[in-house]
Amino acid sequence: EKEDIYIDYCGMFILVLGLLVGSLMPLGGAASSPDTGTGHGGSHGNKDPGYAKNGNGTTYSKKPFPVLSFDYEHVRLPFEISLWVLLASLMKLGFHLIPRVSSIVPESCLLIVVGLLVGGLIKLVGEDPPVLESKIFFFYLLPPIILDAGYFMPIRQFTENLGTILMFAVVGTLWNSFFVGGLLYGVCQLEGHKLAYVDLLSCLLFGSIISAVDPVAVLAVFEEIHINELLHILVFGESLLNDAVTVVLYHLFEEYSSVGLITVTDVFLGIVCFLVVSLGGIVVGAIYGILAAFTSRFTSHTRVIEPLFVFVYSYMAYLSAEVFHLSGIMALIACGAVMRPYVEANISHKSHTTIKYFLKMWSSVSDTLIFIFLGVSTVAGPHQWNWTFVVATLIFCLVARVLGVVGLTFVINKFRIVKLTSKDQFIIAYGGLRGAIAFSLVYLLNPEHFPMRNMFLTAIITVIFFTVFVQGMTIRPLVDLLAVKKKQETKRSINEEIHTQFLDHLLTGIEDICGHYGHHHWKDKLNRFNKKYVKKCLIAGERSKEPQLIAFYHKMEMKQAIELVESGGGSKLPSALPSTVSMQNIQPKKPSQDRALPQLSKAREEEIRKILRTNLQRTRQRLRSYNRHTLIADPYEDGWNEMLIKRKKMKELEKKMNNYLTVPAPPPDSPTIARARLASDPQAWGLKSVTESIPTIKVDLASPQSPESVNVVDEFSKKGSQPKEEEGGLTMKVPSPAKQRKDKTPDEEPQQRLMRCLSDPGPAAEEEDEDDPFLPQKKSW
Amino acid sequence: MGSFQSLPDDHQYRTLSQKTGFSLEQIAILHNRFKQLSQNEETLRRDDLKTIQDLESNPIRSQIIEAFFDSRNFQKEGVGSVEEIGFEEFLTVMSYFRAPPQHITEEQREEMRRAKLRFLFNMHDTDNDGTITLEEYRHVVEELLSRSGALGRETAKGIADAAMLEVASISVGPMAPDEFYEGITFEHFLKILNGVEIETRMHIRFLNMDATVLCK
Repeated sequence: EKEDIYIDYCGMFILVLGLLVGSLMPLGGAASSPDTGTGHGGSHGNKDPGYAKNGNGTTYSKKPFPVLSFDYEHVRLPFEISLWVLLASLMKLGFHLIPRVSSIVPESCLLIVVGLLVGGLIKLVGEDPPVLESKIFFFYLLPPIILDAGYFMPIRQFTENLGTILMFAVVGTLWNSFFVGGLLYGVCQLEGHKLAYVDLLSCLLFGSIISAVDPVAVLAVFEEIHINELLHILVFGESLLNDAVTVVLYHLFEEYSSVGLITVTDVFLGIVCFLVVSLGGIVVGAIYGILAAFTSRFTSHTRVIEPLFVFVYSYMAYLSAEVFHLSGIMALIACGAVMRPYVEANISHKSHTTIKYFLKMWSSVSDTLIFIFLGVSTVAGPHQWNWTFVVATLIFCLVARVLGVVGLTFVINKFRIVKLTSKDQFIIAYGGLRGAIAFSLVYLLNPEHFPMRNMFLTAIITVIFFTVFVQGMTIRPLVDLLAVKKKQETKRSINEEIHTQFLDHLLTGIEDICGHYGHHHWKDKLNRFNKKYVKKCLIAGERSKEPQLIAFYHKMEMKQAIELVESGGGSKLPSALPSTVSMQNIQPKKPSQDRALPQLSKAREEEIRKILRTNLQRTRQRLRSYNRHTLIADPYEDGWNEMLIKRKKMKELEKKMNNYLTVPAPPPDSPTIARARLASDPQAWGLKSVTESIPTIKVDLASPQSPESVNVVDEFSKKGSQPKEEEGGLTMKVPSPAKQRKDKTPDEEPQQRLMRCLSDPGPAAEEEDEDDPFLPQKKSW
Repeated sequence: MGSFQSLPDDHQYRTLSQKTGFSLEQIAILHNRFKQLSQNEETLRRDDLKTIQDLESNPIRSQIIEAFFDSRNFQKEGVGSVEEIGFEEFLTVMSYFRAPPQHITEEQREEMRRAKLRFLFNMHDTDNDGTITLEEYRHVVEELLSRSGALGRETAKGIADAAMLEVASISVGPMAPDEFYEGITFEHFLKILNGVEIETRMHIRFLNMDATVLCK
């Protein structure tokens, strides 16, 4: 069957590819592709006037009414875009169908190769392949990736390492730019005739473009190698924050390269510009983030459009920053990071999932498209190959990166507690990948001012290819070889959360005792300010007062409850804690009180529990499958399904206890045997109840095949109305001698109450009346 | 910087430096602070610490203050809590918050980690029986949530129970229904906090402490 999948897939892929290439052919007759800029590509006029619907100057002779017509021009643009997106997505599918390849070669490489192939194919057909237009790249392809990164940024690690990240981003990028730019200029001068026209400023401009580490490439490669969080956040944070530096340097050199001269004033202004660009970007992002958080406060009645606000506000932040030539990337990151805690407290769970999946989907598609277009653009050209220049660029980039990282780490380690080892340094240096941003920036250069633009383009593409292919492919085996610490896959436990909070407070307290206003002190002050003022403004209702620990606990509970229900309710345990530790194991045992009840032996208790569990499992299985076709017709199911579902929901909502940790595994015991055993021993029901510690067990056999001595009493028909929402487990009823055997009467509904697990310390344990050997319910008769 | 006599205390400082690992300047600064808190007396009392204003808003304030007066933290073999402490004890407690030095062997790092975790453990184990019982753990969580009103009190119990169950599951594994998990022993405590890098997180930067920024 795997063969079938491959065949089907290949067939579909070829079809789409054919469509794509076909669409680019001169069927429609207009310019070759909407992606090309105006001055690019073929200037085919309306080649075939036969297709034109309204020819000029034709006589209006009566033609028969066209039943079916072909008008491709109409939908050309959206059609082509959709085809490209489809192609990209199909590629993504394809890679994962071939497991061997995807484990060796990172996805980005494969995509570039595909782009090359597609570009080649298009060229073969005689058309001009579309180039990655900068406008499209910066406005449509880049923002989803950055927003995805910013929204899910781990704030804690980011702020802890902020100093290091800034050093790498700012100082590192500056060093790289000047080193590469300067040395390239030297090489150009030395080379002589062919390269003499490359002046210093152009070289510096080129250096600044090429030295920026690219977030798209870094994300694409690092995501697959699962490296530890520290390194990930360092490289990734650097790639995001160096955008400000790149923007300033780019504009600086671009402005003045035509003049050919830069004065000290300009340098000074450049520094000021840098501060404005970065801080301005962050402020713009933060403003939009707060707006988004504030808006989300009022969305409780229109949950459906909640994700829209997140996306639109973030995009507006990006565009607004671009209006002023501020750093759009930093604006986007700031917006996502600022709005997230407040928005997540306000929106519904479904919206949260929607946001997550939409962001992942868009960023994934963008990422794929970017790499494919890089490949296609390579084929499209224009190229100007110059061995010296390209090789020199490559070498200088690598050398600059290594030197920069080593030098900076030496300085940074003096201030860090967790020092960066040489292994870390190697990964940071090696992970400095270049990508599409550099390409787009070069593409934006005006060919009139920069006659060497094509050479730059070639050089950049070579560097990008080198970093993505060589470094991207080899980083994974190197990580394994060097035994670099990988990401911890463990879920965050509640103990860790408690102690993290505890430590925070402890350290703040110690700082106060020392009289030292360290960063714990300020962090604590910020948190308190946040709690007191900001949260009240931006979070709706009660949740504004919820402390972090409780929020964390509820989130965990919710997750586990959902997992529990999804996994078939009780028959399978959540994977994290496959144990049978339950509440009674940790509750201190109270001294047994005086009871008139016959004591149940432990073995007997255990048997009873086993039966309960098995029945619970069957109940839950039935519940789960109530609307599926596999259900065997069960006369007792009709009518109270709804009630059960409602009850189940109520229960889950009210769950404050950790029953997800305590659902015991169902034992492999035959229910009939166990029931038979119980049936023969009427004393078996004498379970005592202790109010606080040990949970009450009320047994109510759910199955219609009740043994003789126990009949299920129908509570509902007695009341004739909606059953009360009762806590507590399966309830055991004293068999009424007058009561008919229940399984004969279809209108009697057996009681089915979901057993709150044996773990429950039983707040609702007030219903017992101890004087009977059985456990009568107050309401049973 | 301040008016302290460095010469007569120099010898003292050296012994303290050896014992706790602080540098002489750091000891001098901390001594200044000690004197400020204790109003120039030789010993420090709980009330002196309670006067620190910034501590008011700290939810675990009383536990922090108690930790200073807990003789288990003095690295001598004492037990129980004392009423007043001298500078040496103050410094010893502070030394739990030093950062690990640059070049340190694995053994020393492990030792440091254990010492710091022992300090934390002692903070929770108030009755000094070597285990953190459910009641004690509940108290910890309640204190943490003490600034959150009624909501905090209700869920504190649930959170503490969940946490305890987690410790039991991780340390002991599956338990029969009639077994009883006494409490978190030090070994279990080490195990559950394995993921947290205590030796690097539990530290204060004593680098740039200047007497002029000392608060009242």
